[in-house]
Amino acid sequence: MYDAPQLGNAMDQTTTKISARNVQVHYGDTHAIKDVNVDIDAKTVTAFIGPSGCGKSTFLRCINRMNDTIDICRVTGDILIDGEDIYDKRVDPVQLRAKVGMVFQKPNPFPKSIYDNVAYGPRIHGLAKNKSELDEIVEKSLRRGAIWDEVKDRLDAPGTGLSGGQQQRLCIARAVATEPEVLLMDEPCSALDPIATAQVEELIDELRSQFSVVIVTHSMQQAARVSQKTAFFHLGNLVEFGDTTQIFTNPQDERTQNYITGRIG
Amino acid sequence: MSAGLVILAVIAIAIVGFFVGRSRALNSAGGDIRQLHSLPGYYGQAVFLFSAVPALLVTAVWLILQPMMIENRISDMILPTDIAEGSSLELIMADVRRISSGLDTAVVAGALSEPEIETLNLDNTDVRGVLAGVGVAVASDIKPNVLDASVAYRAKTAAARGYMAVVSIAIALVGFAVALSLTKPDYRARNVSEAAIKSLLVLSSFVAILTTIGIIASLIFETSNFFRMYPAKDFFFNLTWNPQFTGGSDLGIIPLLWGTLYVSFVALVFAVPIGLFVAIYLSEYASSKVRSIVKPAVEVLAGIPTIVYGLFALITVGPLLRDYFAQPLGLGQSSSSVLTAGLVMGIMLIPFVSSLSDDVINAVPQSMRDGSYGLGATQSETVKQVILPAALPGIVGAIILAASRAIGETMIVVMGAGAAAKLSLNPLEAMTTITVKIVSQLTGDTEFASPETLVAFALGLSLFVITLGLNVLALYIVRKYREQYE
Ligand SMILES: Nc1ncnc2c1ncn2[C@@H]1O[C@H](COP(=O)(O)OP(=O)(O)OP(=O)(O)O)[C@@H](O)[C@H]1O
Ligand SMILES: [Mg+2]
Repeated sequence: MYDAPQLGNAMDQTTTKISARNVQVHYGDTHAIKDVNVDIDAKTVTAFIGPSGCGKSTFLRCINRMNDTIDICRVTGDILIDGEDIYDKRVDPVQLRAKVGMVFQKPNPFPKSIYDNVAYGPRIHGLAKNKSELDEIVEKSLRRGAIWDEVKDRLDAPGTGLSGGQQQRLCIARAVATEPEVLLMDEPCSALDPIATAQVEELIDELRSQFSVVIVTHSMQQAARVSQKTAFFHLGNLVEFGDTTQIFTNPQDERTQNYITGRIG
Repeated sequence: MSAGLVILAVIAIAIVGFFVGRSRALNSAGGDIRQLHSLPGYYGQAVFLFSAVPALLVTAVWLILQPMMIENRISDMILPTDIAEGSSLELIMADVRRISSGLDTAVVAGALSEPEIETLNLDNTDVRGVLAGVGVAVASDIKPNVLDASVAYRAKTAAARGYMAVVSIAIALVGFAVALSLTKPDYRARNVSEAAIKSLLVLSSFVAILTTIGIIASLIFETSNFFRMYPAKDFFFNLTWNPQFTGGSDLGIIPLLWGTLYVSFVALVFAVPIGLFVAIYLSEYASSKVRSIVKPAVEVLAGIPTIVYGLFALITVGPLLRDYFAQPLGLGQSSSSVLTAGLVMGIMLIPFVSSLSDDVINAVPQSMRDGSYGLGATQSETVKQVILPAALPGIVGAIILAASRAIGETMIVVMGAGAAAKLSLNPLEAMTTITVKIVSQLTGDTEFASPETLVAFALGLSLFVITLGLNVLALYIVRKYREQYE
């Protein structure tokens, strides 16, 4: 393990789940992430905030190597999960993504039934021994996604037929069904109404007992409500990282201060 | 004045109209464009359209009607005795037109003068010789009445041309004047040009639709003639195809339909998996560099004329299959076979299937792939479980379009599968298809009104119905698929 210098005041007793060292990301000639170092704790919710285009999604996608699917994207530096470099040649990105789940900015259910959407990951990874186990996983995941009551009578209906907010919760259910150790969420609530948002936030809080959750959000309130740690990105730089309460009450950097109070964004 | 010159003159007037209209509009607004309803160019366009469109329409109608009307008059000059055995009034009229244009040529070449033509008769001039001298060959001896008719035809045509020039140019000038008088600042010139563009577009679609209707109508007409001579029941249910020039033919469509479907089926068995794999490789696996090379390379296949594929079938694939499959396995002796034609046609269809499927696969949103990869699926799992199901209706549409292409293919079949109508399951035997028989029935020496010839239209109509049905099905499926993402 790296003996990482903790930014902000470190929480004791927590172990570092993900640590990033000197991460640089280029899209062709665009330098999207500039030398980011950060340690993300296990069983913690970490919020990424920052103005649009500052590289939050890009950095999030580095953590499960989703950037591999973009031809022009180049990632350098080290990202370690449980002390293992995920950009090492021996690491299979497919295996990694099963461990590091992701919920996207835009809901993207497959054009399959609700049941098949949720069962997709468990089926691929052979998580269920038989049909009844699979049924259980699907139900449990849909409950965690706070959507079970709305869809329990129509599990055979296509997932694409749900409303935008329902689709997003279905995608969350789909992501937790594979039991990832880390869950990356890119603005998961941008399409949700306040009630569904509250449900998802409750879910995130609950997931914290088992997973590390990283959430990108444009809502300061949401970041303050759900996260224990907050990272502020600006123009590809990680400007400030620390306890959420400290970032919101006593930011060290002027840019953070300005963003939180609404002066840049 | 020839028709070409008249059209040029009208267009010249219209172009002048454009500039005059534009500057007049500017002047009427005192040089301030904001006073005008439309930009000055639109006023110019309005004058252009008013001058050109009615005049050109009249010219076009005139050019269509003029020969008909003149021929109507002239044909009275030809007496029934002038029509030789085995000839007809139409053939004679064709001679008349030919001779009259020959006379024009002779005048231009200086072999005859205008006064000479007025007094032209067969006693003082060897008309046939003179015409031959300027390179116009006339088949039979020219009869006096025919010559008179030709001279009259020529004179009437020249006169009519003169009238046409006067009328067209007059209409153009009237249009010019009317449009110019309308050119005032509050005139809605912009809407005129909008209406003109709209009618152009409507007209074009009419042409397309009318052509289709015309083709169908002529097919139906000739087919009903055929069924009057040959019972429809036999055509649809007779199991043999055996046309005789002496009459008493068996003209059952079944063996041809069988051949058509068999060859198409074999072609699709080759083309669909390969085309689909190409599409999947190109859209999911290939890097953009490879893609930019491979995609055009595959599409070159689509640009090869089918006759070249036919040659390939005839001289390469056919003998190869015969020597290495048919003969060793004792399945046949002929190098023409269903397998030959099907295989080569399959190669032809690969780019068809692949580029259509490639489009459909690319239309599956990237977010679907992200979703699947984000759950730890491999590329082939993603393709199999997310992309193909999502793209399936579109792919089915592509396959159906390829099938209708295969059913309509002729050249490859003639050269690859032969021309023998047969009902057989053996893919290494020669067989033939509907399209091939349409060609062979129409290119024979039989007279046009016999069932042996007219059957081609019934075959054509059947083919049309089959491919139309397939296309409608494909459209329906593709449309249904579109709704999924909207
Ligand atoms: N696929 C791509 N190709 C090229 N450039 C990209 C790509 N994706 C992102 N970028 C660039 O990288 C930079 C960071 O983008 P990113 O999507 O990470 O921003 P973000 O912080 O998530 O913004 P938002 O809050 O609007 O989602 C931007 O300048 C963007 O233009
Ligand atoms: Mg983003």
